[in-house]
Amino acid sequence: MSHTILVWSVTFSQGCLALAMVLAALRMSRGPRAQDRVLALDTLYACSMLMMMVFGIRTGKDLYFEASLVIGMLGFVATVALAKFLMRGEVIE
Amino acid sequence: MSMMDHAKDLPAWAAIAVSAFLVIGSVLTLIGAIGFARLPTFYERIHAPTLGTSWGTGGIVMASMIFFTVLGTRLVVHEILVGIFVTVTTPVTLMLLARAALHRDRAEGNPQVPAEAPVEPPADEGLPAPGE
Repeated sequence: MSHTILVWSVTFSQGCLALAMVLAALRMSRGPRAQDRVLALDTLYACSMLMMMVFGIRTGKDLYFEASLVIGMLGFVATVALAKFLMRGEVIE
Repeated sequence: MSMMDHAKDLPAWAAIAVSAFLVIGSVLTLIGAIGFARLPTFYERIHAPTLGTSWGTGGIVMASMIFFTVLGTRLVVHEILVGIFVTVTTPVTLMLLARAALHRDRAEGNPQVPAEAPVEPPADEGLPAPGE
């Protein structure tokens, strides 16, 4: 019984995160300005990081945790670089 | 159900705790994404996804920690790393992004954003008077 609850909640959680990623992608394609698109990319990174973690629970492997850590770090660097680009017009000064 | 056979011997309390944290985290992330898609201006929209990076991440990290700790009968604290990392980096990135957006709006003369605060003229008490 508790196992069924766990399986269904993992599935539900993946569905919610997938829907969140779809909404972020929608905003990225529609977003009126560049900062909206950068923020949408940041949201996509965060959602995919959480999705990897739920995949890890689903499969029971540690591998997905490493993937989510890498995605989180890449998202931070990408968003900082893009914000700096919006501010100055160039990334490396 | 044949899915997730590796979790068959998870005790009931752990399975229910993991399920609760998973549902809380993912639903909060979804609410944040809905707000991000629906709010009208950028400065309102920038608040919404933080729901996913604060409690969304917290809930899912907590679920993963409970799951692997109980299942592997060893303490798994690597997930705290992700939690700390996201907590530290999200304010930095969003503040940089908001400042960049404000800079762009001011450079275009957008009347929707407040103007830059006037710079105080420097006090000239340390300088010698021009007549001396």
